[in-house]
Amino acid sequence: MTPAPTSESVLFGKLSLAALPLHEPILVATFAVVALGGVAILGALTYYRVWGYLWREWITSIDHKKIGIMYIILALVMLLRGFSDAIMMRLQQAIAFAGAEGYLPPHHYDQIFTAHGVIMIFFVAMPFITGFMNYLVPLQIGARDVAFPFLNNFSFWMTVGGAVLTMISLFVGEYAATGWLAYPPLSGLASSPGVGVDYYIWSLQVAGVGTLLSGVNLIATIVKMRAPGMTMMRLPVFTWTALCSNILIVASFPVLTAALALLSLDRYLGTAFFTNDFGGSAMMYVNLIWIWGHPEVYILVLPAFGIFSEVVATYCGKRLFGYASMVYATVVITILSYLVWLHHFFTMGSGASVNSFFGITTMIISIPTGAKIFNWLFTMYRGRIRFELPMMWTVAFMLTFVIGGMTGVLLAVPPADFVLHNSLFLVAHFHNVIIGGVLFGLFAGIAYWFPKVTGFKLDVFWGKVSFWCWVVGFYFAFMPLYVLGLMGVTRRMNRFEDPSLQIWFVIAAFGAVLIAFGIGAFLLQLFVSFRKREQLKDLTGDPWNGRTLEWSTSSPPPAYNFAFTPVVHDLDPWWDMKRRGYVRPTEGFIPIHMPKNTGAGVVLAGLSVVCGFGLIWHIWWLAGAAFVTIVVSAIVHTFNYARDFHIPASEVTETENGRTRMLAAGV
Amino acid sequence: MSTPSTVPADNGTIFYLRSEHHPENGTLLGFWLYLMSDCLIFACLFASYGVLGRNYAAGPSGADLFDLPLVALNTTMLLLSSITYGFAMLEMAKNRVGLMLSWLVLTLLFGLAFLSIELYEFHHMIAEGATPQRSAFLSSFFTLVGTHGLHVTFGCIWLVTLMVQVAKRGLIAENKRRLMCLSMFWHFLDVVWIGVFSFVYLIGSMS
Repeated sequence: MTPAPTSESVLFGKLSLAALPLHEPILVATFAVVALGGVAILGALTYYRVWGYLWREWITSIDHKKIGIMYIILALVMLLRGFSDAIMMRLQQAIAFAGAEGYLPPHHYDQIFTAHGVIMIFFVAMPFITGFMNYLVPLQIGARDVAFPFLNNFSFWMTVGGAVLTMISLFVGEYAATGWLAYPPLSGLASSPGVGVDYYIWSLQVAGVGTLLSGVNLIATIVKMRAPGMTMMRLPVFTWTALCSNILIVASFPVLTAALALLSLDRYLGTAFFTNDFGGSAMMYVNLIWIWGHPEVYILVLPAFGIFSEVVATYCGKRLFGYASMVYATVVITILSYLVWLHHFFTMGSGASVNSFFGITTMIISIPTGAKIFNWLFTMYRGRIRFELPMMWTVAFMLTFVIGGMTGVLLAVPPADFVLHNSLFLVAHFHNVIIGGVLFGLFAGIAYWFPKVTGFKLDVFWGKVSFWCWVVGFYFAFMPLYVLGLMGVTRRMNRFEDPSLQIWFVIAAFGAVLIAFGIGAFLLQLFVSFRKREQLKDLTGDPWNGRTLEWSTSSPPPAYNFAFTPVVHDLDPWWDMKRRGYVRPTEGFIPIHMPKNTGAGVVLAGLSVVCGFGLIWHIWWLAGAAFVTIVVSAIVHTFNYARDFHIPASEVTETENGRTRMLAAGV
Repeated sequence: MSTPSTVPADNGTIFYLRSEHHPENGTLLGFWLYLMSDCLIFACLFASYGVLGRNYAAGPSGADLFDLPLVALNTTMLLLSSITYGFAMLEMAKNRVGLMLSWLVLTLLFGLAFLSIELYEFHHMIAEGATPQRSAFLSSFFTLVGTHGLHVTFGCIWLVTLMVQVAKRGLIAENKRRLMCLSMFWHFLDVVWIGVFSFVYLIGSMS
């Protein structure tokens, strides 16, 4: 909101008191609430003396399970921020009609839709998915941890660092007003002289390091750390989708890094990559960013497909229909996701033959995706279906996602896209697949694995309330946008002239309110379940009669996951073990080799935030000092060779005896 | 994996290992994956050079600027540093710490020579007015070659770190693994440079 100060001081760069948005009542009120809440939380942590516990058990933890939980907490917190942006936009568009200006001026509104997109993709969907993969992959393949436990902790804190930079922009300076992909020349220095785009660039670069390293980590984990007998074609489908998703991360995030680096060179050094003059080409940025951006969509949705596959097989009491075809469909989608990026800008003028090629590859993706839908349906066919919460989300997903898929095929036809490009039809389409696909999958996954993570099930009543609010709210919020888009309404508008359109926006706003109730009911569900945790307790470790290895250990699993490494003989190994009379070992435990906690990750990520902040505000001494400190601390960390320890056999025996007692109590 | 002593379940099927399971170490694979991601960053920079490399904006072209004999000398420095790193790895395999360290020192010297010549070249070009801001061609040239140079710089810092660690702790398993990783990194930069030399300098001088 603040116009960039023209002068820069050596000490503070572009930063001055004018950067605080004191003239924006909405932001001042938000800041007051956040500050009070923050002080209350910090005070409570100090009062109950949990800082030491947090530092030892969570912040420095290299346990993949704890890191997974922290990723999901980050995603939930950022979901609240991203959703606040969404409901503000819905309210603005519902009231800013026929001369009324609404309550958000254009420059503020533009920042809100940018922040909404960036936060929902990078700091909600990504940490959610990464959290699930972190928690589940080692358990599903019978491993004790990921391949590089310290790197895992570092990756998480870098993701947090990116989120922190984004949140700082709310109260210090401004955020990008460019849309979530910051196309130049709009995001260039001439059109966006403020710090908004710099916040965008550096938050994504910091978080991007984390994402890339976590991708490398999980691929190495799946390739190298599988239990004996767990061949590739016996991998649980969720782990398969995690593998493909992480391959996509490693193969696409560098492109984002490069594109954003070139944009920052244009902004910081005055180079001419994407400028209108001196021979630059803004179209190259659009190509690069979508070469990352399209695979990104599949990075998010493939693991969600994996979750549905696990849920369907478990709650239908059947082996997944067409396991091999499911794996091949996943791999085909992984490859095809690289061959479609141009469909995001058919209108840029690449010519009829190029557009036809990308239109056809896009349509081809619907074939393996359709195969997956049929696999889930045939798994349900003549299965003993239990309509628990995860299964409800799965059915809602199948119905909703098919609609989103069909509008996607519609948009893949270049002539139709020329009409619908940048319209609310497009906005409705991608929310349809991301909410209907990714988010429903995540909620299914939360309900399914919650007892594994915490040791107690989620309350069903509030889960159902949340489910119905979300699903009905989704249809109310986005079906009107399809209609408006077909009528030609473009996206990213902060006011409208034609009063006949208003009713559709009011309906969409009503849908957003229903979704707000859905989120509220979900939070209430967490609270109620925690209160009723004794009643909802899972003593067996296998509350749903599961099929994969994570259900063979206790809920929550011990730090070492499995007292003895399992040996796998079939797909769905835990089902196989139960069927063939597996007896849980109760004695003869041995010491277990585990990695040690370290504070290096959080320190390096904290320094990265400082470095990013210095770069954003042109405080060169701060950025330079932080960067040198990062390099030095990283080197110092490599001099620490004492990185592992053994859990003594006596401790393992004690933990396992505890589980024996729990199992006896459950019978 | 050591031979597992196992416990049969009811029907004789083995469902778990009684001894500790040692999965293969994933460091080299993980580092290889990282290198491939780095390779993609270079691919993007090559692609932008491919798109923008002829956009001189009425400024100097490669034919005006590149001093091929100097670049050839520079290339020789980097290639020699790769060869000496290779010799260091051969000594590592024979566990001869002293000889290995001498080869690494030589590698470092070649690396520093490469960087000095590159800096001299950059300085010379900028003094002539061929700055990164002058045209899209020069922006993409400096970014591609400069990114490679930054990689070599960090490679040198890493090399010094590893030499200190080997001097302190000898050729223990961790240090050997680290030297293998740096070896991959160093040779990777060599391969990238061969792309830069042919694609940027050779073709650029001919245009």
